[in-house]
Order: sequence, then structure tokens, then C-alpha cells
Amino acid sequence: MEQTLPQPVHVHAPPKGFLRKYVFSLDHKVIGKQYYGLALIAVFTGMILSWLMRFHLVWPNAKILGLDLISKTGAPGGVITPEYYLSLLTMHGTLMVFFVLTNAPFAGFGNFFLPIQIGAEDMAFPRFNMMSFWTTAAAFVVLVLAFFIPDGPPISGWTAYAPLSAVGKDAGPGLGWGQNLWAISIGLFCIGQLLGSLNFIATTLDLRTKGMTLMRMPICTWAWFITSCIGLLAFAVLLPACLLLILDRMAGTSFFIPSGLVISDRLQNHAGGSPLLWQHLFWFFGHPEVYIAILPAMGIISHVLVTSMRKPLLSAKVIIYSMISIGFLSYMVWGHHMFVSGMNPFSSLLFSFPTLTITIPATILTLIWMGSLYGANIRITSASLFALGFVSMFVSGGVSGFFLAQPSIDIYLHATYFVVGHFHMVMGVAAIFGILSGTYFWFPKMFGRMMNETLGKVHFWFTFIGTYCIFMPFHYLGLVGNVRRLASFVDDFMPALMPVHRFVTIAALITGAAQFIFLYNFIHSRFRGKPAPANPWDGTSLEWSVPSPPPWNNFGDRHPVIYHDAHQYGVKGLHGDFVMQDSPEQIVRG
Amino acid sequence: MAATTLTTATSQPVFSPRLQGPTEASRSGIWVGIFAIIMSFAALTSSLLVRQGSGEWSHIVLPSLLYANTAALLLSSFTMEMARRALAKSAGPSMWLTVTLILGLSFVCGQYLVWRHLAAQGLYLATNPNSSFLYVFTGVHALHLLGGIAMLVYLLAHVVVGGHTSLRRHRLDNTAIYWHFMGGLWLYLLFVISTRL
Repeated sequence: MEQTLPQPVHVHAPPKGFLRKYVFSLDHKVIGKQYYGLALIAVFTGMILSWLMRFHLVWPNAKILGLDLISKTGAPGGVITPEYYLSLLTMHGTLMVFFVLTNAPFAGFGNFFLPIQIGAEDMAFPRFNMMSFWTTAAAFVVLVLAFFIPDGPPISGWTAYAPLSAVGKDAGPGLGWGQNLWAISIGLFCIGQLLGSLNFIATTLDLRTKGMTLMRMPICTWAWFITSCIGLLAFAVLLPACLLLILDRMAGTSFFIPSGLVISDRLQNHAGGSPLLWQHLFWFFGHPEVYIAILPAMGIISHVLVTSMRKPLLSAKVIIYSMISIGFLSYMVWGHHMFVSGMNPFSSLLFSFPTLTITIPATILTLIWMGSLYGANIRITSASLFALGFVSMFVSGGVSGFFLAQPSIDIYLHATYFVVGHFHMVMGVAAIFGILSGTYFWFPKMFGRMMNETLGKVHFWFTFIGTYCIFMPFHYLGLVGNVRRLASFVDDFMPALMPVHRFVTIAALITGAAQFIFLYNFIHSRFRGKPAPANPWDGTSLEWSVPSPPPWNNFGDRHPVIYHDAHQYGVKGLHGDFVMQDSPEQIVRG
Repeated sequence: MAATTLTTATSQPVFSPRLQGPTEASRSGIWVGIFAIIMSFAALTSSLLVRQGSGEWSHIVLPSLLYANTAALLLSSFTMEMARRALAKSAGPSMWLTVTLILGLSFVCGQYLVWRHLAAQGLYLATNPNSSFLYVFTGVHALHLLGGIAMLVYLLAHVVVGGHTSLRRHRLDNTAIYWHFMGGLWLYLLFVISTRL
């Protein structure tokens, strides 16, 4: 039968020369690594910014060595000003949400593994793929430039609420060219992600190998596919929103700036704009963005868990349907970010219902993961620990979402640390756990070497306990009314909360330091790690059927044919308790 | 126990119902791209409706040149179809492609003249929200149309250098889909502009 199959058509020639191999590469695997590398730079930058913020909160007058070299006005003598604190806050959020949580789990791992998992030689449009990465890299450079201009980074938060973000330098530090750079950077980022999403969708629909029906795709392939559909819609809305913001700022239009606005004793020359319009456009993107971050992580940890448990998940199909439901519902809930924005209270009610509804597929997912663990003889590896950690974080952070989904409760909690605790756990840390799980799991395939498992487990326990120590107290702080986004605590009741803040800061410093164990492990293993076999975890999907690392055309001259569903574990196979997707052997359940 | 009874090559692969390969993918890519563009213009239309509700709204008398430009763009869709038919009959599509290109360029130039006309009336980008949206809608559409023009130039260059037999049919078809979509999108925008602005 295989003799009648068409020979693979190479979508591009073998790469030659340094630039084509490593810089402007058309190979999806190199581009995946580039995205991952960019995310790695961004995550450590973002983490250091969070250190600076936490440090300033509990030791507001302490001098931070060398910070005045980056910003003389923002940190005179090394002491962070309240405005510069907001700049750090903005850049931390922007870097983490866009350049880490979108780049690593979706664009990074997705680029590397989606084509291999569906049996394709590359993405459908390799040139678009390359352009997608370099546009994103340019967006990163433009954003980081804001640190080094006299104006400094913007102070309007990662959500860039208008009119603060739209009026220009009169409104405060960083709102001149700093905010311009932010808007241009995010516009570029949107273009990069649109090109990437288009590529993912076309590749999944049309480049699947023989026998790879949609329902035979691994769960993480599904997650990337659903995420690319969400991303296509979300970034297509944020891009025109950025355009309108840029026009308000640079061309004097009034899309978001209302009439009669007086800033620094100056009447602004704008009339009739709607600040709420920006919030609607931004959150129409912003809430799906949460799922752009978390869905790939869900896919990754499902993939890791099923491989580690050595038994099938309770229902892979229900996981896929639940992820599709989440993707669909994610477009109906954006108004829950705007309960205190002055929006019509009736709208709040309308947005509350789908927000509570979206917890149903999320709960189904959690129950499947936990139910599947019942009776499993799980292999404890760094990857599976981080996957279990993901489930823990997702549940702990998700529970507070039930409270925030109700407008009457959100009005009290919205501007407090409760929200900071909620979204960091459910979206930030959970997605990071997904990325780390994926890293420990796929590192051997990506780089051809094993990571150090002992260091990986030490890293896990520091990170797992550390993040709970950081973000659980935030819920308590929020409940007692600790307002977020403030650089210092001056109200009567707030100084009493300082011991909690001090504990959080110390936990953040230790947890952050533990990430350097990971960085060391990553770099050391890259060059000195034990050589990895093709299938170190006894996996069943196609990435484990090719050498570690895979050749430039993934399958060489082989044309894989798929015979089975993605996750055939707990069976009696020729090579152990699993049967690979492209193995023609019959499934015999043990 | 059952491991000893394993057999090989007994399962039949379930073949995917779709034809696979770069040709199919490029067709999907065009439709997915079109979907993203629709989403962007839906966002801009929503913005217009919200902005209209927030005040300081006036009305603009649209230059009649807009309608002449519309006629040119619609005609270019017709000539694009003629180019496809010519290729289907194994004839050279270069003449029809050139006419399409000229009509497309004249549309873009015509839109620029509309801008000049508005400016002569004192209506600039920031004059009022109506003029702002008019410039944004026409500008963003023209930008997307320039993408179609670039595709046309690429196809023409292909035909001129390698002859029409070197032209891959799906490339012309995909360009035609995009081009017709640009025409349809412009009709929608003209409707919004003429009824709302």
C-alpha cells in the first residue's frame, strides 16, 4: 500500500548558509526555537521588572544599584518614583502577556511540533512563518526601546486604557513617545500573530498526512488549532484598535478622547470620543487572549499527562469539545472586565451569564484530568510534575473566578489585589507551568539532549510552593481592600498589611531566583546533556517517530501513514505499553 | 499474555477526505485571510456605531468621484474573471490581467483624488469623526487593495518571464478570490459611508 503513496513534495530546499539556517530560516523548527528564545528573554526581563516592583513596595526608599543608569528621571539615585513603578507595571504586563504567554506555548511549541504531529514537512507558508517571527521580534525591540528613550515607558498599564493612553505627553511620564512605541509594538505584534494564526489554520486543515483525520490529531495539536482560530479573530480586532489609538495620539483624531478634557490645566483639543470604545475593542481581544495563553498549555499538559500516566484519558474527545466550547464562549465574556467601567449595568448582567457558563467546560477539563489520574501509575518526571502543577494552579486560580464573574462582588474586588491573585494564578502561572512542562518534555526532541531531571524537580518544588506563597496572599490582601496598581501604601489600614507584602516579596525573590536553576539546566543541557533517543518518554505521536532533533524535512523521504488515534497507552504493543500512531500493528488492550 | 498474538499491518489507515498539499493550503489561506480582514472591518464598523452614539456627529457630502471609483473596481472584477477564462482556454491572460491592474491602480488613484477633494473642502483626518472614519475606511481598504495589486504584478511578471503556461492556475484563482472580495468589501464600505457619514 505504501508504494502507491505520493512522494513528499519538499516545500523548501535544505537550508544553506548561516543566515538561512539560523536567522531568516524557513524551517518551522528553527522558527519555533526562535519564538521560544524570544519568550525566554522576555520572561526573564518581565520577572526582573516584577522583582523591582515587589522590592519597591516593601522597601520604598531603598536604592537599587544601577537603576538610575536606565532611567535618571524614573529612578533618581536608584529609588523608584511612583510614576516609574507604573511604567514597570505596564512593561511587565505587556511583556508577559504578549511576548511570553502568547509566544512560547502557542507560537513557539506550536511552530515546532504542530507540523510534525500532523505528519507535514513544514508549515503551509514558510515565508509567512519567517515574516511572522521577525515582525514579532521587531515588535519586541520597539517595545523595549521605550526603556531607553528620555520619556520612558508608558504608565497606562498593559491595557492602555483611554483617554490616559490617547492624550499624549501632557498626561504624564511615558505617555509621549513611550506610549507611541507601545502602540506601534502591539500593532506589529498583531500582524505577526495574524500571519502565524493563518499559517497554523491552513497547515492543520490541508497538510495532514494520510490517515491523520482531525479526531486522530493529538490533543495539543487541537489546542494549537483552536488557539489559532481564536487568535485570528482577536488580533484582527486589536490591530484596528491600535490604529485608531495611534491616530488619536499622532493625528489629532477623537476616537477615544471625550469632550472637555482638561489635563495639566490644558483643555485638550479633542471632542466626542468614547473611552469605553477602547475598552470594548481591547477586551474583545483581551479576554480571548487569556485563552490564547491557556489553551495551548491545556493541550501541552494533556499530552504530557497522558504520556506519563500510561493510560488513556477518560475522554480525549470531551477534552477537545470542551476546548472548542471555551474558544467559542471566550468571545462572549469580554464585558466582565468592564463591570466598573460605567457600562450599562444590564450589560454587566448579560456578560456575567456566559462568564459563569465558561466555567462548565473548564470544570469538565479539570475533572477529566483528575479522573484520569485515578488508578494511574504515573511516571514522576519534571514534565509531569509541572503538568500536575498546572492543574493545581488552574483550579486554585479558577475558583476565585466564580466570585469575580458576578458584578455585585466584582465591584468590591475589581480594583484590589484579589484580581491580581486570580489572573496571575489561573492564566499567568498556570500557563507558565504549561510552558515549563512542555520544555522538560520536548527539550530532548528540540535539542537532541536530555535535561537534568534532578535539577528539574528542584526547580518544580521551588516554583510550585513559591508561586502559592506569592499569589495566595494576594487574595487575602484584596479581600481586606488593598488597592492594586499603587506604588506605596499610605492609607490608615494599609501599613498593617505590610508584613504580608514583605512575605510576598521575599517569596517572589526566592521563586524568581529558582528560575535561574531552570536557566542553568536549559543552557547546560543544551550543550552537555545526555544525548536523547528518538522516543525517551515512550510517546505515541509522530514527533517521537523522528530522530532527536528531527532532520530539516522532518520525516526524510518517509511519508508517514497514520493507523491509530493519538494516545494509545496501556496496550500491549511491540515496543511496550504503547502503540505509535504510524505503527501498523493491531491494538491489543491489556 | 496477548502480546504474543500481535499481528502487523492489519489496521487500515483512514484516509483524510481532503486533497492535501500546498495548493489546497493556499486556497484555505486566502479564505482564512479574508475572514481576518472581515473581522477587522467589523471592528471598525462597531467603532463607528459606538462613536456615532457618543456625540459630535455631523454629515459629509460624499464626492461623486467615489462612485466612479466604485465602477472601476467592479469592472476590474469582471476583467479578472476574463483573465481566468482566458487561462482556462489555454490562452494568455496577460491582456486581461493588465486591464485589471490598470483598473485597480485607477481605483487607488481615484481614492487619493477623493482625499484631495475632501482636503480642498477643509475636511482633514482630524476635522470631525465623520471625516476621520472616511479616511480610515478608505485608507485601510486601499492598503488591502494594494496587496491585491502586488499579487497581480507578481502574476503578470510570471507570465511575461515564463509565458502563461508557467502560471499556476491556483495562484490566479486565489488572486481572483481576493480581488472579488476587495470589490465586495468596498461595496459594503460604500454603503456604510453613504448611510452613516
